[in-house]
Amino acid sequence: MIETRDLVVRHGSATALDQVSLSVRRGEMVALLGPNGAGKSTLADTLSGILSPAAGTVRIGGRLAHVPEGRQLFPDLTVQDNLLLGGWRSGERDTAFVYELFPALAQARRRRAGVLSGGQQQMVAVGRALMSRPDALVVDELSLGLAPNVTRDLAGHIVRLNAERGLTVLLIEQNARLAFGMCERAYVLEAGRVVAQGPCAELAGDPRVVRAYLGGAIGGGTRS
Amino acid sequence: MSEFLTYLVNGLAVGCGIALIASGLVAIHRVTGVVNFAQGTFAVIAGLSASWLLGAGLPHGAAELAAVLIAAAAGLLTGLVAIGRRGTAPQSSLIITLGVAVLAYAVEIVAWGDQPRSFPGLPGSVTLPGGAEIQRHHLLVVAATAATFVLLTLFFERTYPGKALSACASNPYAARVIGIDVTRMGLLAFLLGGLLGGLAGVLVTPLRPISFDTDVLLMVNGFAAAVFGALRRPGLALAGALLLGVAETLAAGYGYAAYQTEIALGFMLVVMVVQASRRATIHEEAV
Repeated sequence: MIETRDLVVRHGSATALDQVSLSVRRGEMVALLGPNGAGKSTLADTLSGILSPAAGTVRIGGRLAHVPEGRQLFPDLTVQDNLLLGGWRSGERDTAFVYELFPALAQARRRRAGVLSGGQQQMVAVGRALMSRPDALVVDELSLGLAPNVTRDLAGHIVRLNAERGLTVLLIEQNARLAFGMCERAYVLEAGRVVAQGPCAELAGDPRVVRAYLGGAIGGGTRS
Repeated sequence: MSEFLTYLVNGLAVGCGIALIASGLVAIHRVTGVVNFAQGTFAVIAGLSASWLLGAGLPHGAAELAAVLIAAAAGLLTGLVAIGRRGTAPQSSLIITLGVAVLAYAVEIVAWGDQPRSFPGLPGSVTLPGGAEIQRHHLLVVAATAATFVLLTLFFERTYPGKALSACASNPYAARVIGIDVTRMGLLAFLLGGLLGGLAGVLVTPLRPISFDTDVLLMVNGFAAAVFGALRRPGLALAGALLLGVAETLAAGYGYAAYQTEIALGFMLVVMVVQASRRATIHEEAV
């Protein structure tokens, strides 16, 4: 469904992605981990066509929607208008299914998106992406700036969309615990290169991954 | 009293002309984030074209319509130069529009000469019960402006393409994420800006002859009104424009005609200082 081969993306003279190859099969949910500046969001922007590759190929086998990092709503437009604009490409104008999915948004539909709580804004961002009736979803930093219980709730929604509707998901996260809990497989991106990949169970035992993303031994450190 | 009423209606008509210039500024800024300094130029091009076309024998109506379309084309052309290249920062585009406005002087002088031109508007006048006399053309300007603002507000706030245009200014990155072609929408905004500027030109020229450099006066007034609406709100810009128009006409009517531009500049300065201080407060609250 999503496949990149030897993808190179540059910002001016700086190389943001260096020969990145990854694939996500139809119906699969795959995580992409990496620290700030690793090129995760650059990859997301390239997959959704905002950035063009300098070399390599991107293949998307269907319609792809992008939930960008930092939610990126239209703050002065209402929740309803934010959702409606999500249907720009698909022509979808019926927002009822989004409110069914996120009942918390139903009461806020006439409010400006900029005044909502972080969790509700993330729901709008996901809902807006779903309005394009996608086959695949790239979710960039779902948990960023959200309380753990709000993140859990949203993660539950993404897992259900994947399990029940067969939505293909590429989950870009810094929170490795969350990502490992949701996905079977993961890639680790550092400085624009894929440095590790494999089943989450294996990666969770990789000392480098443990040191960088899990804050020491699994089960120790901070609980989320 | 009847004298005051006449000045008041004159002032409203002048204010409406200013409001139409401001509406074009708002339409372009709302979508692209660019302050278009060529907005007065669109009005000048339309006014000069209309006078030229009427002189060439075109009937009223057709000449004005053609002039507005010429201004719209000028708007699109300005947009292509100012934002056509992807990734041009709004500040750079602003400077480009300033350049377009100066370049237009040369084109206008070559095409229409450097003397002021005018043409007659709607003839006749009506007398109010109080004895005040009001020119029909003033009423036409007021009615056309009212209709334009109603349509513009409905377009931006009620229609899907209008919301998509607003989305481009609200968050250009997000607009691209959901598949909106931001550059194309920006060009559409410049086309709309040209149309609105052109409408201002053909309506205002019969009130006050215009020449190639009238755009400065139109721009100073239009910008002052647009700033009153924070360059985003057509309704507030209209209120600011009417206030300006009436203030200037009253000043002129009672013998202070030389101070018209200073009134606009002073008005703009006060509004900007007040808005800047308010914005600072909002930032502090957000932190």
